[in-house]
Amino acid sequence: MTGTEQRLAAIRGDAPPKRHNARTIAALTGNPGCTRRAVLDGAGVDKPALAERIGFPARFGQSRFAITRGNTFEAQVKADGGAELLRLVAERLGVPVPAAAHWTDLGGGDDLADRARRSATLLTEALPPTGSHSDEPAGAGEPSPVGEPAALFDHPMLGLAVAGQRVHLEPDLVAARLGGRFHVVEIKSFPVIDGQADPAKLAAAAVQSAVYVLALRELLTARGHDPHLVSHEVVLVCPRDFSNAPVAHLLDVRRQLLVVRRQLDRMDRLDTLLVDVPADFTADPAADPAILAASLTRVPARYAPDCLASCELAYFCRHEARGQTGALGRPVREALGGIADVDEVLALAGGETVTDPERAEAAALLRTAARLRADALATA
Amino acid sequence: MSTLRALAAAQAVAAGLAQPVATVRHLHLSRRPLVLVPLAMAGEANAPLAAMVGSAPGEGRLLIVPQPRNRDQRFAFAAELAAIVLPYIDGHRTANEAVAVDRGRDVRYRYLDAPQLLVPNPAGVTFLRLLGRSTRFRRADGEYPVPPQVPLLGRWLTFFAERAEHPGSSTLVAMTQALTLHWATGQSAVEDLHLPALLGWIAPPAGLSGAEAAARAEDPSSCPPAGPATDPEFDNRLLAPAIEAYAAADDEATRVEAYAELERLLRDQLTPTWELMWRGLGLLRALPPGARVAGRWDGDRDAFTAHADHLDSDGAPQPRRDGAVAAAARLHRLERAAATYAVQRAYDDPLVMAEYRLTGEAFVGEVLLADPTRVDDSGRRPVLRPRIQLLTTDPVLAPVGVTLTSPSRPGQKARLVFVTPTADGKTEVVLELSGGMGRGLTASPGSVPEVGERLCYTTLSDAYVPGAAFPTADETPWTHGGPPASAAAAPDEQWA
Repeated sequence: MTGTEQRLAAIRGDAPPKRHNARTIAALTGNPGCTRRAVLDGAGVDKPALAERIGFPARFGQSRFAITRGNTFEAQVKADGGAELLRLVAERLGVPVPAAAHWTDLGGGDDLADRARRSATLLTEALPPTGSHSDEPAGAGEPSPVGEPAALFDHPMLGLAVAGQRVHLEPDLVAARLGGRFHVVEIKSFPVIDGQADPAKLAAAAVQSAVYVLALRELLTARGHDPHLVSHEVVLVCPRDFSNAPVAHLLDVRRQLLVVRRQLDRMDRLDTLLVDVPADFTADPAADPAILAASLTRVPARYAPDCLASCELAYFCRHEARGQTGALGRPVREALGGIADVDEVLALAGGETVTDPERAEAAALLRTAARLRADALATA
Repeated sequence: MSTLRALAAAQAVAAGLAQPVATVRHLHLSRRPLVLVPLAMAGEANAPLAAMVGSAPGEGRLLIVPQPRNRDQRFAFAAELAAIVLPYIDGHRTANEAVAVDRGRDVRYRYLDAPQLLVPNPAGVTFLRLLGRSTRFRRADGEYPVPPQVPLLGRWLTFFAERAEHPGSSTLVAMTQALTLHWATGQSAVEDLHLPALLGWIAPPAGLSGAEAAARAEDPSSCPPAGPATDPEFDNRLLAPAIEAYAAADDEATRVEAYAELERLLRDQLTPTWELMWRGLGLLRALPPGARVAGRWDGDRDAFTAHADHLDSDGAPQPRRDGAVAAAARLHRLERAAATYAVQRAYDDPLVMAEYRLTGEAFVGEVLLADPTRVDDSGRRPVLRPRIQLLTTDPVLAPVGVTLTSPSRPGQKARLVFVTPTADGKTEVVLELSGGMGRGLTASPGSVPEVGERLCYTTLSDAYVPGAAFPTADETPWTHGGPPASAAAAPDEQWA
């Protein structure tokens, strides 16, 4: 165990580190500037339990109607050995629909390492040796006409290094190998109505898919293959309009790949973040709530209202950020000249003298704003 | 986010209570609006679960779908909703008025009143838009027949949803947006989407601060979400067993009982929001309407009349997607409406105008000197051009030569002639007036501002801007895909 690992274990407490999945990794990209979050996620702290313990439980319940619908749709799309799925994916990619495809279910079995090995072996079995793609520009160009048959891989077991730890990802997705390239196929049950989907759900799906693309690319690299055999274009399969009929769309996740990669790199350098974390910092959900809350406040968070939708600790951080202009949203803070504290905003608006020359401009703006507001309210 | 609004939000944090950001009401409120609180089934594509609808606090009708995944029941819901919404709409098609067009050479008619729908939040607007989308192409004949009022409802709901995108329209209003237009709370815009929390900030119950009331409103077990999404906990713990019990009922008595239980559960989820809707409406009604609100409502009545006439003549449903020309025309229309709406709000409301004063696009000053008889004879004919000098403490960033208007004298133009900063940080402004002073070389009484008057002048203009011309759909340029092939939804499109 390295020094960093020991520190993280001490922060986490007795429990084994909480496993990441694509959703939690995707959530990491939400607020990359937050140190508290990077440390807690890096240590694999059980954040829902922690939030509950300190009296700010997260509210991320999922309706069983939504779960049922998701499972039903996925089963429907994958039925008949993926024949329908293959047609959808091939048509969307503009390649001839193969008469048949090899369907490999990589799920099942208990031993994670065994499963990961099996996935890696079967996924890379029919690939050309390294080098044959080296002259091809990354991410572009025609798929090379490789002879191996089309194949679909269900439930592949992938791995990704998160904060120096190997994280196993068990996606429900399908990796499709068509025309010599892999495409991540993500089946989601939110509808695409007249070619448009809910932007928030679409954005979340794109980041999650990017995590899978990254993991699949790492797998190929580790086995000595060209990572760009995995396309940056993800095939998203959703119900069309108000029906259950599936429709496939291509999603370019290059931007999401960069964001995820950047955040993972940042978490790999956790030791630099840990330098500023107090030595006795603990986030062990078994500890006393008062000690926990006091401990958490010593590692700075960067609360923004968006956190409410993605981080289990958000209600605690929001409570802590009361009286801060940032808690009202970054646009509010910017409109107030970047002044962080509500009391200071009001003091400056009330005409308090400014000692800090950097605040002179903000102070003048706030003073004028306060005068105009009072004037308008008085004349109305 | 304007600095004035942000400052109001900061003041709300300090006061623990929402602060006004408007001094007048900027939307029209109908005497009898139709309040509609919809709930949707989680996970499904806009599957209605329940709705409470009615045009008076005591007249809320509860509609429920006991099996939301059953497409026949969804259409039965749409038909029930149509039986409430369509008569409500038709009730506004009684009296009309003649409006002169083409400079008085012709007249057209518009209804004296128009329907107004109120939903809790923007997600409610989206729900109605998608419900309209899923019903307007349905047919009363053919393979999947539906009751004839269902596609008609779809066309009306689509009309409402499209009007909701139109800045300044009051045809379909989301309560959270109407309230945040007039108050700033001490929470973020995301949190303002939660109607109970928003109203907690604006009108907390006695003994609580706004912040405390909003915090209480966040607990979904005591304060159900305002929809259309339901609380997952409610789904799992109460709704799912009740739906299963209804599905499992094998005799009439059990089924009636299970239906009554579902109704009770859903009524409990909807009633708090229903009451909040009327409370919100009461708060908005207490504000005096802005001077230009009625004029914008005329536009809503025009649109209502035009759509009613369209349905009377052939009634083709709105297309799934706009063609290139229609999309360009719509965008142009919306941009014009947005610009007009922004100007009108500032003209109607000194608190909105203050935002422009802060950015130097408007100033308020006192008239120091006035020369109401000044005549400019440098041109071919002498013209009356009075000048006034104002003193203002506001920053004046408008360049010399620009034309300004005063909201209290919209028919008169004022050209900025001199801007002179004074020693004590104020600014002297000289304006040259034209128009709105009667004919001849003598200004009619009161048409030139007098010494001592306090006036606001702004670069914002609410003068009429003619619309741009667009080609017909058949003349769509090749750059935009050429003339479109006619496209309609497949009539056998499934709903479930």
